[in-house]
Amino acid sequence: MRLFSAALLVFSLLSGAARADVPVPPVKARVTDLTGTLSAQQKSELEARVAAYESRRGSQLAVLMLPSTKPEEIEQYSIRVAEAWKIGRKGVDDGLLLVIAKNDRRLRIEVGYGLEGVIPDAMARRVIDERITPRFRDGDFYGGVRDGVDQLIRLAEGEKLPPPAQAATSARSSLDDWPHFLFIGIVFVAIAGTFLKAMFGRVPGSLATGAGVGLVAWFTFGFAIGVAALVIGFLLAFLNTGAGRGGGWSSGSGGSWGGSSSGGSSSSWSGGGGSFGGGGSSGSW
Amino acid sequence: MYKFMLSLIAAVSLSGCGYNDFQRQDEAVKAAWSEVINNYQRRADLIPNLVATVQGAADFEKGTLVEIANARASVSSIKATPELINDPEAFAKFQAAQSQMTSALSRLLAVAESYPTLTATKEFGELRVELAGAENRIAVARGRYIKAVESYNVLAREFPTNLTAMVFGYKTKANFTVENEKAIAVPPKVDFSKPAAKK
Repeated sequence: MRLFSAALLVFSLLSGAARADVPVPPVKARVTDLTGTLSAQQKSELEARVAAYESRRGSQLAVLMLPSTKPEEIEQYSIRVAEAWKIGRKGVDDGLLLVIAKNDRRLRIEVGYGLEGVIPDAMARRVIDERITPRFRDGDFYGGVRDGVDQLIRLAEGEKLPPPAQAATSARSSLDDWPHFLFIGIVFVAIAGTFLKAMFGRVPGSLATGAGVGLVAWFTFGFAIGVAALVIGFLLAFLNTGAGRGGGWSSGSGGSWGGSSSGGSSSSWSGGGGSFGGGGSSGSW
Repeated sequence: MYKFMLSLIAAVSLSGCGYNDFQRQDEAVKAAWSEVINNYQRRADLIPNLVATVQGAADFEKGTLVEIANARASVSSIKATPELINDPEAFAKFQAAQSQMTSALSRLLAVAESYPTLTATKEFGELRVELAGAENRIAVARGRYIKAVESYNVLAREFPTNLTAMVFGYKTKANFTVENEKAIAVPPKVDFSKPAAKK
């Protein structure tokens, strides 16, 4: 499994290097301007509009302005951004993304799956044609983005969506179950370890115990943690002499979960896990 | 006692050879394929409307309409089932039929440009946008399918998981080929805000 993921990684690196596509910028704010077109005040004004919508509805919207998406078409680039940023709530998929390639004079609205009903492609096209590009032609980028965003928000409000969560609900990964697993594992080691050692002898019995714990951990959490659980399970069972409780385990178990990466809650904004399927429309000015 | 240990070892080695990974990725490929079919269907559903709208224009060039009809016939002659991905030949046929449709549609749109009264209508404008949306969704779904199959096929070929594939008879799955990829995955330019139609 390690080998496999390493191979995939190398492959993706190679294929990425072969074509010099514009990299997707990291998502830090709702409005990202890489062209320096918007003033700080305009940016924070837009940011406030979108943030208000987000807290009111729970949906997310992001704007990305960049010089060019060449050699890719804007459609190819914007779906990569959408996939990387994961705007919108997970499962609700209510993200909206406005990408503007200033020097290419191209723009695109990406609509998340959950909003394709209220913002069908033809509607996205009308937002572009009627709200955004007329202003862009006059060089009024701020006005175009503002009106476009306003119109998109108005449209999106027509969709019945689950209410916004009070606190950010993070996606529950299987690693969140680890306290349960730890508890079950300890009980298993204590009971099965004693039993198996009596059956097979000290070393094979401990090995079997470790293997059992390791297997379950592997299936639940993945290979690395499985191996760690195997080793720890073995050691615990091995050291757990007699019917009494061994001193080793609570100290040993904590460290093995270190590899888990919990979603860091930094102050900067990020996508909520929404997915996109290529809905939306493109335009030029 | 030994039996117990043996079955334990069997369980360990089975999962070690990526049996579960095969299950997971097989499902991922199937899901990605459904998405591809859905979006081709989405496009196919637009065609009757499109043809009707275009025919409304006085003496619209017949050749392009015949082409569309032919492409439709060959597309609908292939059953787009989930099993298609395990049959490289049928898959290639499916791909050829769909790319025939793609080119027929882009020709139709290009020809339509010489009928200003037609392109000015609201119906045609909306159909054009919807068609562009369908094409773009197809491109996205194809890209995701390609990635899913790529990772499945790596698993089926790479050591040691290829042994598992051999034992259980998992074959590599058909993928969209690269040369065709360049030709069809790029959504045809259906944005006619600038005068286009070189052909």
